[in-house]
Parts: sequence; C-alpha cells; structure tokens
Amino acid sequence: MASPRHGAAGMSAPVTRSELEDFLYLEAALLDNWQLDEWLALFVDGARYFIPPAGADDDADPATLLFYVADDYHRLCERVKRLKKRTAHAEFPRSRCRRMVSNVRYLAGDAARFSVTSNFVTWRSKLGVTDTFFGHHVYELTQVAGQLRILSKKTFLDQDDIREQGKVSIIP
Amino acid sequence: MTASPSALLDDDRARGVFRVARRAFTDPEILARERLAIFENCWLYLGHDSEIAKPGDYLTRKVAGRDILFARGKDGTARAFFNTCPHRGALVCREGAGNGAMFRCFYHSWAFDLEGRLVNRPGDEGYGEGTRKGGMHDLVRVPRLEQYRGLYFMHLQAAGDDLKTYLGGALEYIDLVLDQAETAMEIVGGTQAYGFDANWKLLCENSFDGYHGLPTHVSYFDYVKSKPGSLVEVAIKGRAFDLGNGHAVVQYTAPWGRPVAQSVPAWGDAAAREVAAIKARLVARFGAERAERMATTNRNLLIFPNFVINDIMAVTFRTFYPEAPDKQVVNAWALAPREESPAMRELRLFNFLEFLGPGGFATPDDCEALALCQRGYGSLGGAGWNDISKGYLSDEPQVDDEAQMRAFWREWHRRVTEQPA
Repeated sequence: MASPRHGAAGMSAPVTRSELEDFLYLEAALLDNWQLDEWLALFVDGARYFIPPAGADDDADPATLLFYVADDYHRLCERVKRLKKRTAHAEFPRSRCRRMVSNVRYLAGDAARFSVTSNFVTWRSKLGVTDTFFGHHVYELTQVAGQLRILSKKTFLDQDDIREQGKVSIIP
Repeated sequence: MTASPSALLDDDRARGVFRVARRAFTDPEILARERLAIFENCWLYLGHDSEIAKPGDYLTRKVAGRDILFARGKDGTARAFFNTCPHRGALVCREGAGNGAMFRCFYHSWAFDLEGRLVNRPGDEGYGEGTRKGGMHDLVRVPRLEQYRGLYFMHLQAAGDDLKTYLGGALEYIDLVLDQAETAMEIVGGTQAYGFDANWKLLCENSFDGYHGLPTHVSYFDYVKSKPGSLVEVAIKGRAFDLGNGHAVVQYTAPWGRPVAQSVPAWGDAAAREVAAIKARLVARFGAERAERMATTNRNLLIFPNFVINDIMAVTFRTFYPEAPDKQVVNAWALAPREESPAMRELRLFNFLEFLGPGGFATPDDCEALALCQRGYGSLGGAGWNDISKGYLSDEPQVDDEAQMRAFWREWHRRVTEQPA
C-alpha cells in the first residue's frame, strides 16, 4: 500500500492523490467510451448510485427528497443493461460524451472505507444538441485485492435546474 | 368531407377521423392565441398546501410566464402575489422557498409583510400622502386564488367560474387520489424542474396516452421483469373518460406494485401485510366498491390545460408551460399520504424513480419521443396532420384508445378559435 498522505480534513489517507486520480480518470474514460460493463465492474456488489436533484446539499437524503436517481445495486446493473439497448430510446443512437474530472480530494475515512470528492464537467451531444452538466461527485471507496472499488457514488449537479439538459439519461 | 387547409382540427365522426393540424405545434401565432385564450383564462395549478405548511412559509414559482410568490401569512391564510416590487419592479423574493416575516426588495429596500402590505421604505417622509392610500404600493395579489382540498389554483381573470365548477367532472377523480391519505396528502421534498424541445401540448397527450406505453417503455418493462416478483398477474386494461371542460382521464388496472394498495411479491411479507391493512382501512372508510377502485385502478388525469395527476406506481403532479412553440419547461412533484410509514414511503419513491423523472427508465424516453415529434413537424411537405382517431367509433374507448386526447383537443380548439386573435 502507498504511504499515507494528508487529506482535506488533515487525516491520513490510505492512497495517494495520483492513485485516486488514475482511478477517477479511468472511470471517466470508460463512460466516455461507453464501456458500461467495465464501468459497472468498478463498483462492489451491493454498491449504490445516486443523483440528487440539481442544487442539492451534500447531506441530501433520498428518503425525504425527490432524487433523479437512487439506485440499489440491482437497479444500477439494470441501468447499465438498459443503456446498452436500442430500446433505451433517449440514448439510441447513443450520445457522444466527454468528461473532465479535477479537484480530486481525499475527505475522510480509513483503508476499509474512505470518501473522496472530485469536480466534473460533462458534455453530452446528440442530434445536434450539446448539453453541459457540471457538478461534483462524492465517492465512498474501498480496496479489494489492492484495487480501488466504489461502495457508493453520489453525483451532485451544481446547476440550478436541468431545464436545458432535460434529462439525465447518461451517467454524468 | 375533407378539412380545409387552414383548419386546425379535422373531426369527422362519420368517417371515424380525428386529426390535429401540425401547425398547432409550430406556429408562433397559435402560441400567442393559446397564451390569451387558454393560459389567461383557465384555472392553473400553483402549488400544494403542504409546500407552505407553516405561517411564514413561502415559495416562488413561475406560472403562465408570471413570477408568482406563494406565501402563508401569520393568520394562516395562503396568498399568491405577483413577485415584483410595486416601486420599480425587481423580484421581491429571490429564493425558491423559505420561511420569514417579510419580503424586502434589495434594490431600494422596500419591505412587505406576508400579507403583502408595504410595511417599510427608506425615506418614507419624502413621499406624499397619496402614495400611502388604498394600498397603492402593496404587493399585487393574483386576481383569484382558490383551493380544492389543499390543491391551490390561480386565475388571471377576476371573474368567471369558480374552481369547483371549473374542475367539474374531474373532482371525482381528484378525490380518488386524495382520499388515499387518511390524514392529508403532502408533497415529498423537492421539485423536478426540467424541460425539453417540444410543444407543451405534446406532454398533455403523452401524460395519458396509453397507446405508447408498451413500445416506448419496453426497456422499463424489461427491467421490472428482471426482478422476480416485481409484477403481479394483472393486465393493463381499462377505460378512457371525457370529464368535460377539456379534462379527461384513463383508469386502468396494471401489474406494478402501488403503495395504495397493490402489493407485489418482491416487496416481501411485511409490506404485503401493511398494504393489506391499508386496503382494509380503505374498505372501512369508503366501502368495498370504492376502495377497490382506489386500490386496484390507476389513473392518468389531465386537468385542462396543463395540470397532470398520474396516480400510477406513485403519485405525481406535473405542470408545464411553453417558452416557445418548440420548447417547454416542466415542474414535477411526488405526492404521498402524510401518515405513510417510512417503509411504504421508501417503496413509493423507489417506484417513482425507476419509472419517472429525468433519471428514470421511462420519462427520458418520453422526452426523446416528443422532441422527435417536434422535429418531425419541421418536415414541411411531409404529413400535415397528426392522427388521434384510435377508438373513435368505439362506444367504450379503451385505455389504449385516444378518446381522452380528443376531449383535450376539442376544448383546446374551442378556446383558440372562439377568442379573437
């Protein structure tokens, strides 16, 4: 394991920033390339995936607030399955996307479970229309056999609303 | 008989033909007429009681192009104001929602209480008596605000039918939804505010179009079938009803779980017992027949012109407004019984998100379909009419027929052609 580094909260991080960056860049590349099965494999069995409503605070709770996405692991797997079908009409033909990830910060935790945040901008282009999504991700990560894996991912859209983007048919 | 090229509607029962001119979706002049004949002259849904539950609660919302401030006064009364300072015009409230004692326009610091009265302005001594009289500088109230069982509607004209008269035949169906709560219905936190590039009337149609369900949403049905026990052996079967005044509904049985009150095996035994108890209480409150209807039939209800209540695997409220002939903005909410247990609420929201909303397995495909329709209307020289005639000659129009859309379109047509342009 890499030597400890200091995280945002002054805590000792179990991995280096560059290891985190490599992992998050890989995730973005898999989504950009529509390698959705490979993307899903970054998640542990039982992982969860959330997109709270645009502008939500980091403590937003899907039990009391109307999210866009609150997937358990089964639904996350089915989301991937659906997106690969031509009957997922919103993504057929599939949109072209490019993701930029930055401001990667270790937040808190220990080797078994730690949280990491990053900023993102994602462009989605389809049928002559290009939409921009921007925001930040908050991950709960762990390590399985020396590899980083995702326990949960929350994607916060920091725009006011999604009047322009209309739908979150991609994984931002 | 063939419709004239300038006609907007081709309604010929003898031939079983009902068609809508595609110009209705693209012509800016039609949109101008709709603004005048429809949005200025109908009751429009503003918001729900539970969204401003306590004195001092307020929210801001755009209705028919107006910025509206919806606030509950210290006296407990809900009021709707135009959100513009009577002095120079800035929005007096810039937040989406909150609780407070007054609204202060930041430009010159004029302040208004929750009842809309001007209560403070800097340099008040510099103003003549005339500006203090008759509430000249109070916030301007929306001409009419009325509620039905916690659903607040506003009207931009001072005179005309009251809300209950306007809702007419739709009241029965609204009751079937609201009576599901033993206390009252409440809006679950938050609004889904989205939009897409298609005429607003396409979402009226889509919201209660049973015909598109299977082809458009096959991937949703694939998904629910992927989880053993997430459906029951119930066919999608039911009727369409014209409720008058342009309101219409489809009511039908369906295989998905409904928190009130159709349990599916995947929910487990505890949920099944809870759903059975909810059903038993429905029977006790309303009798077997009405309880059965509430519990086992779904409803997609359109309140003319643009308020949709979908009482399906969850309950949604939805309004939408045109920004241009080919662009609309949507607000959508989830509604639930206030007394609902955390377990039922979780199932309800899980249901909601798997089908509905911008990240669901169905709504994005609807948005895509409607945007593609709109795009198709650009094919000048292509088909000039949309066909809405399915089931026209049937005495009992089915859920996958289009009688409910014809009810909407006839009222739409009456209004846009009667009103002078």
